[in-house]
Amino acid sequence: MIEKTYMAGFGGQGIISLGQMWVYCAMKEGLQVTFFPAYGAEKRGGIARASVIVSDAEIASPLVTKAHSVIVMSQDSVPIAEEICAPGGVILVNSSLVKADPARPDARIIRVPCNEIAERIGDVRIANMVMMGALSQATGAVKLDHFEAVLKSFFPPAKHGLIPMNLAAVAAGRKAV
Amino acid sequence: MELAFGHPKSLKPIQTKYCPGCGHGVIHRIIAEVIDEMGLQTKSIITNPVGCSIWADLYFDFDSVQPAHGRTPAASTAIKRMLPDHLVICYQGDLAAIGTAEIIHAANRGEKFTTIFVNNAIYGMTGGQMAPTTLVGQYATTAPNGRDPVEAGMGYPIKVCELLATLGGTKYLARGAVNNPANIKKTKKYIRTALEAQMRGEGFTLVEVLAQCPTNWKMSPADAVGWLEQNMIPFYPLGEIKNTLQPAQTDAAAGER
Amino acid sequence: MADDIRLMKGNEAIGEAAIRAGCVAYFGYPITPQNELTAYMAANMFPKGRTFIQAESETSAINMVYGAAATGARAMTSSSSPGISLKQEGISYLCGADLPAVIVNVARSGPGLGGISPSQGDYFQSTRGGGHGDYYTIVLAPKSVQESADLTYEAFALSDKYRIPVLVLADGLIGQMMEGVKLPAPIDPASLPKKAWAAGRQAEEGRAPNHVSSMNLVPEELEALNIARFKHYETVKKELCRYEEVQVEDADIVLVAYGTSARVSLGALQAARAMGVKVGLFRPITLWPFPYDRLNALAKRGKRFLAVEMSMGQMVEDVRLATNGQAPVDFYGRCGGMVPSEEEVLAEVQRLLAR
Repeated sequence: MIEKTYMAGFGGQGIISLGQMWVYCAMKEGLQVTFFPAYGAEKRGGIARASVIVSDAEIASPLVTKAHSVIVMSQDSVPIAEEICAPGGVILVNSSLVKADPARPDARIIRVPCNEIAERIGDVRIANMVMMGALSQATGAVKLDHFEAVLKSFFPPAKHGLIPMNLAAVAAGRKAV
Repeated sequence: MELAFGHPKSLKPIQTKYCPGCGHGVIHRIIAEVIDEMGLQTKSIITNPVGCSIWADLYFDFDSVQPAHGRTPAASTAIKRMLPDHLVICYQGDLAAIGTAEIIHAANRGEKFTTIFVNNAIYGMTGGQMAPTTLVGQYATTAPNGRDPVEAGMGYPIKVCELLATLGGTKYLARGAVNNPANIKKTKKYIRTALEAQMRGEGFTLVEVLAQCPTNWKMSPADAVGWLEQNMIPFYPLGEIKNTLQPAQTDAAAGER
Repeated sequence: MADDIRLMKGNEAIGEAAIRAGCVAYFGYPITPQNELTAYMAANMFPKGRTFIQAESETSAINMVYGAAATGARAMTSSSSPGISLKQEGISYLCGADLPAVIVNVARSGPGLGGISPSQGDYFQSTRGGGHGDYYTIVLAPKSVQESADLTYEAFALSDKYRIPVLVLADGLIGQMMEGVKLPAPIDPASLPKKAWAAGRQAEEGRAPNHVSSMNLVPEELEALNIARFKHYETVKKELCRYEEVQVEDADIVLVAYGTSARVSLGALQAARAMGVKVGLFRPITLWPFPYDRLNALAKRGKRFLAVEMSMGQMVEDVRLATNGQAPVDFYGRCGGMVPSEEEVLAEVQRLLAR
């Protein structure tokens, strides 16, 4: 099994944490992982993209140039998704912000209103975790069984109060697929 | 019976390669005397510069490290950090040009080694080129009509002690000379103060020593000591340029020995 | 997942591996894309009572390494390409004084200021000494975060063993990416053997003075020193040459690549094999010493080669030296911070085999 995911959005949407959380959970499930971020030169509001690969065997190139799955968190990430998605791949679109779908008739396009779902749960900033739940559901590559344990080691104890909200976001993301 | 005068143990009893009348030999000797007096011969490390004193390791009878031109303050920084209980002497002639960045930042960090900056207003080893400390009007092979700060764009002589005195990390900056016995005696006192401050871990210490280079100044050794007196000392005033050492210890160190 | 596997950036894994190898002195200067390494050392050296200095320049940092190494301490600096250029003076002096040290280059694209994206354009500089005079440094080229940690850790031991500086040549992609890494066991610096040639502790050791220097103004003597050093290099070449081969035996074409390019080439190999195209991979792990003999043996068996690099073609010259006209050697490269894709390399293989 190998799942190459390309994640795209803008700075501040939690693209980097999404990718890191995804590979943390994958490692807990015994998979090999690579996570390669790309930022814009701007410190805020520029592009935020990541090549993320999980596999049960040694991973060759860490750069995703043909993605099995693509996450599109913002409208301006649509063109890169159209370009990078492998034939017959999955494109997960944050339909809260993306109004025109990627023009890839061969791909399975899944629309997830991440921002609305996140706001309903309590904080728009967990839109990225909603998307992670959807990615897990759509690809089955990472089951996220250890998500709670990962969150406990990721957050300092003072922030453990945020864990239930993150768990709810992932669960809601799964259901949205 | 107490030995009143002898060859310092920390200096090998051999003839140096230095020219007649050169200041390096005297400076080597007073450093060695102070190290002997402090009983630190086998706990001392000297970093020798690029220049005539690159051969310092032939003369000092203790460990030495020879870094790249101008980089001795960087190397001394690391040596002293690795061996904080050792006496580390950064012997430099190449400090005010190629080593400017290194000396300023070592001084500013308050590195706890002692720099002995030999200022002979010329490049000795490479054959008499203009140094950053060459006086205005002074002849050098690269200032054939004398150092001309404005028309020829050669800039002005740099007063290293005064330059470093503004930096918070510097605790003791003094300027001596080795052109006569009285100045030699004072210079030895400055060096002793600096080395003792180093062993107390006080901060950055530097002694600038005005020294003769008769060969490149193109004069006799006797004329050179006079030239230094008449030309260098008026521009580079002697004395403690900065002394912010702990007061009690300063007094003790300043006492006659 | 085994709990002892940590998810780390390459830059951080290099720093942690150095600390575990008993590095007691780190000197650095900010430059992208290796800044996490300097920050990691700043955060983790002080609490252990070790030395971290943010130097005023790359030049100063390497000369601090020189000073620390002269006392026998395990010392290190890291930078990225333009900064490594500035360090070449110090590296030459380290080699001239036979001092061990570890230098990490998280390479970026050049020449000049160039860009901050990954590159392999420093191969010539790394493998041909890099500074003035006759010398080489050992050059290790990791392909992953795990190997970055392993090779950095080993670099200290190799450098001490041979008294030759070791350059770990990574690139911005390896430095910035995160992978799982199992870290090597920590070494207590105090447990490391004393170095008889080092400056300091003369009183305890009761020996004659040690002089650490690269200078010798007597041509006959300096020539003899250089000859002796090159004889020593021959020993290193015999003992240290390291490479990895993947499906080379039956290959119709062997990709030759190191570091990130080797990862890309492995992907191209897997795709080719899935199509029934017999592609092999030869990955030098030591770039100096370069595995000339093994490549020569493969050339004699009629293999053809395609060197894949993130440069205009530098390592390919060593592949040509190794094969010495006995086999066709082609080159495919991207540069300026571009990383070749698996698809591009596969297309080049197909183009060459169809010719």
